[in-house]
Amino acid sequence: MSLTHEASRESANSTPARRPRNGRPPRRGAETRAGYAFLAPWLLGFITLTAGPMIASLYLSFTNFHPIRDWGWVGFDNFTRLFDDPRFMDSVQVTGLYAVVGTPIKLAAALGVAMLLNNRRRGQGTYRSLFYAPSLIGASVSIAIIWKAMFNDQGIVDEIGQFFGMKPGGWVGNPDMTLPMMILLAVWQFGAPMVIFLAGLKQIPNELYEAAEVDGAGPLRKFFRITLPMLSPVLFFNLVLETINSFQVFASAFIISGGKGGPANSTLFYTLYLYQRGFGQGQLGYAAAMAWLLVIVVGIITLIFFKTSKYWVHYGGETR
Amino acid sequence: MSNTTPTLTGETPPPAPSAAETRSVEAQAARRKAKLRGGGKTVLFHGITWALGIVMLYPGVWMLLSSFRPSNQIIGEVGLIPRETTLGNFTRAFEGIGGVSFWTFFSNSMILGIGSVVGVCLSCSVAAYAFARIEFPGRKLYFGLMIGTLLLPFHVVIIPQFIMFNELGWTDSYIPLLIGKFLAAEAFFVFLMVQFMRGVPRELDESARIDGAGHGRIYWFIMLPLMRPVLATASIFAFIWSWNDFLAPLIYLRSPDKYPLPLMLRQFSDQTSVSDYGAQMAAAVLALAPVIIFFMLFQRYIVDGVATSGLKG
Repeated sequence: MSLTHEASRESANSTPARRPRNGRPPRRGAETRAGYAFLAPWLLGFITLTAGPMIASLYLSFTNFHPIRDWGWVGFDNFTRLFDDPRFMDSVQVTGLYAVVGTPIKLAAALGVAMLLNNRRRGQGTYRSLFYAPSLIGASVSIAIIWKAMFNDQGIVDEIGQFFGMKPGGWVGNPDMTLPMMILLAVWQFGAPMVIFLAGLKQIPNELYEAAEVDGAGPLRKFFRITLPMLSPVLFFNLVLETINSFQVFASAFIISGGKGGPANSTLFYTLYLYQRGFGQGQLGYAAAMAWLLVIVVGIITLIFFKTSKYWVHYGGETR
Repeated sequence: MSNTTPTLTGETPPPAPSAAETRSVEAQAARRKAKLRGGGKTVLFHGITWALGIVMLYPGVWMLLSSFRPSNQIIGEVGLIPRETTLGNFTRAFEGIGGVSFWTFFSNSMILGIGSVVGVCLSCSVAAYAFARIEFPGRKLYFGLMIGTLLLPFHVVIIPQFIMFNELGWTDSYIPLLIGKFLAAEAFFVFLMVQFMRGVPRELDESARIDGAGHGRIYWFIMLPLMRPVLATASIFAFIWSWNDFLAPLIYLRSPDKYPLPLMLRQFSDQTSVSDYGAQMAAAVLALAPVIIFFMLFQRYIVDGVATSGLKG
């Protein structure tokens, strides 16, 4: 009901955009009706599963909502309490470090391997698939279990580390080593950005490199003067996606720490703490405040990326 | 983001060698020199990629081979070849946990995976058709909102969604896990299909319109059959993501006999603990096997799908 009403109202004040096709006058009303009919499932999903819940979680974030206990409006209490909560601050630090350190390493690995694979050589497709595979399974519980076994006390990584003169003792139980371990897991999944880099590299015209070679440019110069600028839109795309992704690690941290985020909160990722508060302790209002803070931070970071992009992202064919 | 991806679609063919060959003499000389160095470079290339490939594959191969070792020979074992082999790990893994057999968890995962594929293919293709082919007021606004949900952290909606599904009495059922798939909530797939449809020549549906076909017929008889490649890519990802999903089942499911594999694995590794690494490895292998088989069968599709759409693993 409300849908068709909205549709007719909108069509009334919109500009006539459609050109007549094949001499027939455009059937605006029919088109609008068809448009909303096809969009209905998405629209229903958007309202009930995204827009509605977003507003609801904003509202919840100002309450101390708990499914069983009494609840009421608390204003900005949740937000101010967050900053006095040492575990929250730990989760921010863990997640922030993970994103700031992990993302560049992962992207550098992805770009490096993409450039290695960019030459037309036999087996390129096989290597590409091989390096992509971990990206597909990296977030699974299976891999988290393997990772835990590998990095545990007396696990393979420990054994290899001792061979190279590192102190014995696994990474899983050592608060100083859990974050490097998690970053290694993220870097190991460089396949997805790598494949996107590869697609971008293929679009760089070979003539550019040939011309640079004639001018006597070395490999470093070619990389910084041709590859990097030509690849900047793809780099931008990967950077935005990977950064946002890195804020949302959950399953691996949950499995490796047994759902606790330990030792010493060193794997207490933001989403894991959100889960603990919201679904473990039933403090849904507090968790909603955390979720909204995450949205704001992700929004700001995305905005910064987009605003600064004009200084370093070059789109081909764009004249300025 | 929306303005960077279109450049990724449709790879340009490599420049024809004939064009390059008519370049200057210097370039030709450089190419000859490069060819001479080529042999050494190829060896170096394969050396580096193989070394890297071994590092990439090691965890997976180690997991597979460890699943055949006796439990006490797994931790601290750096080598790959087992000294002793046993199938006991798999027997224990197949027994499942808490009286629920492995096959129950497996079929639960299958139901969720197939449900996701059906839901995504139907609802996302319908929405994508509206965005790509029907011109109606407000379309641009909705498209912008749809793209916006791509960047939205999932966590901001899970709490109200949980309360809502709880009020409706839908927790401990598969409805909360599947409803989003049937309502095109996975914007990635909608976007992917819109991009694909934009590449389909408009003449096809315009001629059908002259013949009097409406949007419903055009969608079903013309667009859907043409969309087979993109539907295949979306299906593969929808299936694998559903198969690996951990958070949503963790929140919504309570009865162990409804658990999909990731929840069974977690329970399994908690209860068997350090004592039975062998069974854990075997269960992990069994849970991953369908994904690995899927990947080996469709690897080209999957990897190309990522390159053209920027899908995440």
